[in-house]
Amino acid sequence: MSNTTQLLRFITAGSVDDGKSTLIGRLLHDSKSIFEDQLSAITKTSERRGGLGSVDLSLLTDGLQAEREQGITIDVAYRYFATPKRKFIIGDTPGHEQYTRNMVTAASTANLAVILIDARKGVLTQTRRHTFIASLVGVPHVVLAVNKMDMVDYSQEKFDAICTEYRAFAAQLGLHDMTCIPMSALNGDMVVERGENLNWYQGSPLLELLENVVIDYDINTTDFRYPVQWVCRPQTQEYHDFRGYMGRIESGVITVGDEITIQPSGRTTKVKEIVTYDGNLQSARAPQSVTLTLTDEIDISRGDMFVKSETMPQVSKEFEAMLCWLSESPLDLNRKYIIKHTTRVVKCSFARLGYRVDVNTLEQHSSSALNMNDIARVAMKVQLPLVFDSYIKNRFTGSFIVIDEATNNTVAAGMIA
Amino acid sequence: MSNQSFTHLDVLESESIHIMREVAAECKNPALLFSGGKDSIVMLRLAEKAFRPARLPFPLVHIDTEHNFPEVIACRDKLASDLGERLIVRSLDDSIKKGTIVLKNADQGRNVFQSVTLLETIAEFEFDACIGGARRDEEKARAKERIFSFRDEFGQWDPKNQRPELWDTYNTRVHAGENIRVFPISNWTEMDIWEYIARENLYIPEIYYAHERDVIRRDNGILPVSHLVQPKSGEKIEKMTVRFRTVGDMTCTCPVESNARNAQEIIEETAITRITERGATRMDDQTSEASMELRKKEGYF
Ligand SMILES: Nc1nc2c(ncn2[C@@H]2O[C@H](COP(=O)(O)OP(=O)(O)OP(=O)(O)O)[C@@H](O)[C@H]2O)c(=O)[nH]1
Ligand SMILES: [Mg+2]
Repeated sequence: MSNTTQLLRFITAGSVDDGKSTLIGRLLHDSKSIFEDQLSAITKTSERRGGLGSVDLSLLTDGLQAEREQGITIDVAYRYFATPKRKFIIGDTPGHEQYTRNMVTAASTANLAVILIDARKGVLTQTRRHTFIASLVGVPHVVLAVNKMDMVDYSQEKFDAICTEYRAFAAQLGLHDMTCIPMSALNGDMVVERGENLNWYQGSPLLELLENVVIDYDINTTDFRYPVQWVCRPQTQEYHDFRGYMGRIESGVITVGDEITIQPSGRTTKVKEIVTYDGNLQSARAPQSVTLTLTDEIDISRGDMFVKSETMPQVSKEFEAMLCWLSESPLDLNRKYIIKHTTRVVKCSFARLGYRVDVNTLEQHSSSALNMNDIARVAMKVQLPLVFDSYIKNRFTGSFIVIDEATNNTVAAGMIA
Repeated sequence: MSNQSFTHLDVLESESIHIMREVAAECKNPALLFSGGKDSIVMLRLAEKAFRPARLPFPLVHIDTEHNFPEVIACRDKLASDLGERLIVRSLDDSIKKGTIVLKNADQGRNVFQSVTLLETIAEFEFDACIGGARRDEEKARAKERIFSFRDEFGQWDPKNQRPELWDTYNTRVHAGENIRVFPISNWTEMDIWEYIARENLYIPEIYYAHERDVIRRDNGILPVSHLVQPKSGEKIEKMTVRFRTVGDMTCTCPVESNARNAQEIIEETAITRITERGATRMDDQTSEASMELRKKEGYF
């Protein structure tokens, strides 16, 4: 395999039992990415669980005891496979509403989402919820897989009707890069092979589409953003005066000699060196992890952000955001929480609850509470200024998590408006 | 580099470096679990890339089963001393002496007991984070685990109730006595590891490469003959050309037949193999459908 193969991260999503895990099993099986011992292990398990002679391919990702007992997916399983064209990281997400937070987890790093629909059932609430979440976290590509076509006689009419309904919903969300594929994950039609049953369908099967979709890593290439992770002071004889700022370039490009601004202080300086273990670089870009040294001695610590001077982020203690509430305990407006945004961790409070979004209709309702799986617009206040962009402009500097200090749990995911 | 696209290894490497720096910055007292095996050697190089020109901001820690291949222990010691980094070794024998591990028989496999000594070591040094080299492609329970995996005060993993993990914004917070296991190479596959070993020209124990060895056949596998594994009656010693895909407890780690004598040849073999790394090499993982999940619930990494 060539070393320059690109990496595509995708997820399967959709309602309970629509066949997400089976689809991944089928994809791995038909692309010869299942190993013999894995196949024999799931064959044995299928037999023991009284399967009807066929192997249950969902067992490939449903690896937990509790999942196998109940025949459902509880948490994301990550699977890896490669074709000569690309490397893939798959996240198989749970369809149950109760486990939506695990779907959000997988969606937040995905380049593409395959949303499944059971052809007998059509578009369901959970289909809409997952589609809405995919659009909210900015998954750039969506594929609609109308599955279980074998159970509706491979009817083109059924397929067309579902696609029309889904496209109308997706359009409201601004999801335009969308492809619809009819398939049977169980029999393998239109997954890796075209199969014999869907000859009326002119498009490519799923794998071909996954191999060819154009991805750009969703990285903003224009605005240089560099959150300082760690200050490097070796204090050895050789590096006595070395002071390097370690971090990952989240977006944009940096070249030796560039003028940068340190936020939130607003001081400016120049990049002296771009240091890496493999030698100094003349220039570097996202998503590289590097170490920068500067021409001036300035007080800088973790949580500060270097930005290029022509494209400034916002610096503020107040902002509005879309919030996915992920915790079983509802938001308590009287409490303070903790925000982690890039490398900055600060206390926050919720100044105001705006509207809550009905995932079925996309209507906005005013609301006074935020419960698990609710998605709402909120106004927030933080104790120290954050350096941010809107999420739409920059996935890295526009996102944050909310942590409950009492339990240390991650209770919400936020996207700055 | 700036005009051509990054390879998948570049992307994985940068992700791992980012993770390690988050641990150093946010955890009070982290440790890097380092066994001298290939995954931990890759992690050591990633740690160097993350923190040089400074020293590593955490010690290396090895939980020694005393059932390790001598070549691996030699490699562990050599790498730690070449780099001048601090290596802490704690042995299962100490736990056995203390009575916290009770063996059924002296030569039985010791992987299951590693959690006991690991948890004792975590308590001894008050580590709040342990960086481990587990990969999600290794095993179906691992495929489910977060990169920052929360463990309660008993070291237990609760797979039904994991913290959400969004973007690359990691929640590292724990209360006293709890800890976080961090897996910076979660998204690497066996193939990625070998490609990285080749690219970085990493020194690894020679037993990863094809060599001639005395083995016996037992329970559908081949086992290396050693002071811990001797032929039982009816078994005979054979000479075979083999390599190890993983290096673990000598009593239950099987080599595979191979002629691959360098990383490049191993990459070629890895590309066409039909058996998973653990399926080919770990007898103890095959004892029950959920062995790994159960071990992880007890504090295993
Ligand atoms: N007839 C038919 N059955 C299918 C097809 N795909 C999946 N199934 C069956 O649908 C059931 C549910 O499949 P799963 O793959 O577990 O569904 P899931 O979407 O992963 O479910 P959750 O993860 O729990 O939300 C199983 O009994 C599958 O065998 C298909 O194309 N045709
Ligand atoms: Mg599933």
